[in-house]
Amino acid sequence: MSKIDKNNGFYIPQLEKRRAKAKRFKYIAMSALIVSLAFLMFFLYDMFRQGIPAFKQTYVKIQVEITEENLENPYGFLDRDMISIVSRAWLRDLPNQAAANPEWLGTTQEFWALAGAESDQYMKGGENRLKDRVKDRIDELKESGDIRFQTNLIFFFTGDSKIPENAGFYSAIIGSILTMLVTMSLAVPIGIMTAIYLEEFAPDNKLTQFIEVNINNLAAIPSILFGLLGLAIFINFFGVPRSSALVGGMTLALMSLPIIIVSSKAALKSVPNTIRQAGFGLGLTRWQIVRDHVLPPAMPGMLTGSIIALAQAMGETAPLIIVGMIAFVPDAATNILSAATVMPAQIYTWSGMPEKAYIEKTAAGILVLLSVLITLNAVAIYLRKKYTKTW
Amino acid sequence: MKFWKKAVVSTIVAAAVVTAAQARDQIRIVGSSTVYPFASYVAEEFGVTTGNKTPVIESTGSGGGMKIFCSGNGLDTPDFTNASRPMKPSEFADCQKNGVKNITGMVVGYDGISIAQSNENKEMKLTKEQIFLALAEEVPSKDGKSLIKNPYKKWSDIDPSLPNREIRMIGAPTTSGTRDAFDEMVMEKASKSFPVYGGEYKKVRTDGAYIPGGENDNLIVQQLAQDKSAMGYFGYSFLEENHNKISGVSIDGVMPTADTIADGSYPVARSLFVYMKNDHIKDVKGMKEFANLFMSESMIGSKGVLKTIGLIPLPEKMRKKARESVKNLTPLTKEMVDKHTVLPVK
Repeated sequence: MSKIDKNNGFYIPQLEKRRAKAKRFKYIAMSALIVSLAFLMFFLYDMFRQGIPAFKQTYVKIQVEITEENLENPYGFLDRDMISIVSRAWLRDLPNQAAANPEWLGTTQEFWALAGAESDQYMKGGENRLKDRVKDRIDELKESGDIRFQTNLIFFFTGDSKIPENAGFYSAIIGSILTMLVTMSLAVPIGIMTAIYLEEFAPDNKLTQFIEVNINNLAAIPSILFGLLGLAIFINFFGVPRSSALVGGMTLALMSLPIIIVSSKAALKSVPNTIRQAGFGLGLTRWQIVRDHVLPPAMPGMLTGSIIALAQAMGETAPLIIVGMIAFVPDAATNILSAATVMPAQIYTWSGMPEKAYIEKTAAGILVLLSVLITLNAVAIYLRKKYTKTW
Repeated sequence: MKFWKKAVVSTIVAAAVVTAAQARDQIRIVGSSTVYPFASYVAEEFGVTTGNKTPVIESTGSGGGMKIFCSGNGLDTPDFTNASRPMKPSEFADCQKNGVKNITGMVVGYDGISIAQSNENKEMKLTKEQIFLALAEEVPSKDGKSLIKNPYKKWSDIDPSLPNREIRMIGAPTTSGTRDAFDEMVMEKASKSFPVYGGEYKKVRTDGAYIPGGENDNLIVQQLAQDKSAMGYFGYSFLEENHNKISGVSIDGVMPTADTIADGSYPVARSLFVYMKNDHIKDVKGMKEFANLFMSESMIGSKGVLKTIGLIPLPEKMRKKARESVKNLTPLTKEMVDKHTVLPVK
């Protein structure tokens, strides 16, 4: 700041103090932002550091003589070093593979077999419990190019597994999609309709005020209570199957409803009353005004509200514990009635496992969930930006 | 009117679909979080190798599992429940009352509860009594005649031979089966050797020396690795997985290892159980095969795969007996429940 001429006739002595005060306030506000950014950066850095290695996986080249004897006991034909390098999950599946390819019988096939979690950790330079001679063997294989990293497709295309290298996010992704479909098809229409009725049609009396207060209140209660409600009503009373995407979706719909109603009401309120009055002036019915003149400008606000409510529901675990969706579900659900698990539930389950490989998968799962949420929120912002009208 | 027609039809269809889900081809399991990893492993193996649908397993805790399991005999109730302790007589009575009369119990192995500390500490040897004095809310006074509020701040206050370290133990919360087992096998047992206590252990101290951790044993392990002065207790498999960070504390002179837990010399070990609802066998596909796979040598045997993820195998003779009992679907009787076993009582 340039030097202020104190002899200037317009000079106010308190000005400098006031400026300093304003500056201080600005810095305090800024440091608050910096602290929260630092936390966020630390969290993201930690997740990326831990999660990125999970997107590649070690594979090892082996030759297998496909004989009936070897298929009978697929754990017997490897030597004792290789048996600790190759994944048990891969060997277990070999008979199924051979059954699908009957022409293999009697030949020797070459495979890039999935390696076990311990050897994978060794390749990635992490802690492992391999014996020294097995480590030497891996080093030899590395030199001859018979062991290598591949993109970890298993993570995206298989379900959960108790064999860490075989565990994937697929069933959780499918489960989340099914659950969200149920939630969306229930919560969005019901929520928007309720908001329209309360805002446009309902008389403003004690009863509707009472309802509104309750809806605002519901938007703030802890989500686990909705889980208990879901258990009592949907499972115990209606007999909806436990752990299914249907019951999870309905429970989350209950949870998202108040948020959708509140934000939709706000969107409807922001449409100026003059538009409605103009409609009445032209002799339109209330229904015509709402359909043709109030809903279109309110739509972006309603959609963003709904998307944010759904994004919140997608990251929710607490109510789902109660309705049994925190479960071991390796097979992806085929319909909304079969058992399913969701992404945050899968992350929660993995975080409790002792093996190192699961810690990696936990972080990778968080990254996937974060990117889905960022996409959803970005869509919400885009819709708002694109369709918002200002008066 | 079209809309209403559609709505009615779709409601009827939905209701029909819900009721049609009655006869099942997928096994449902609930129960203990300690047995959960083992049961899930078997479930996965069952799904991959037999072509059946992989059973769904929920980790609800032993008590929670029993409650759901015993809530009725219909097909909307689970087929198995896992437990890290035998079924209690009250739970057996509850089952009987709700029509769950034909149960077979499977004992699948042992689990040890280990006390551990960061590797950077010197080796520590504790007795049950010392642990009791460190953690109970009320302890006998020096002359042993009355009960006083726990005055011990450091291990060396209890016994001069112990290190001069603050007492801080991270343990399981009250909802956990691990906590139940620790209280029963360490605290209650040790309280019996102090006559003034009257043989009745009441409460863990609440002045901050005992820190209830979460259900997540991994977090306790991480805390121990960070916080060198603390100790913690959790399932043995977590010690086994993290030998590079933490080491076990011996209790009554015995270190927690797979061998000492299996031969019964380590004092803080418990049996793990799975209970099967026999009346479901005819309606749910693959239940018997699943039970037999669980009991097979390739799973719970001394070289079985569950050993690699931390299950401590039963002695061979007992395995054989347990396997026979499951094969014959030996029904659980009141006598067996009272004796805390699932094997036929002679």
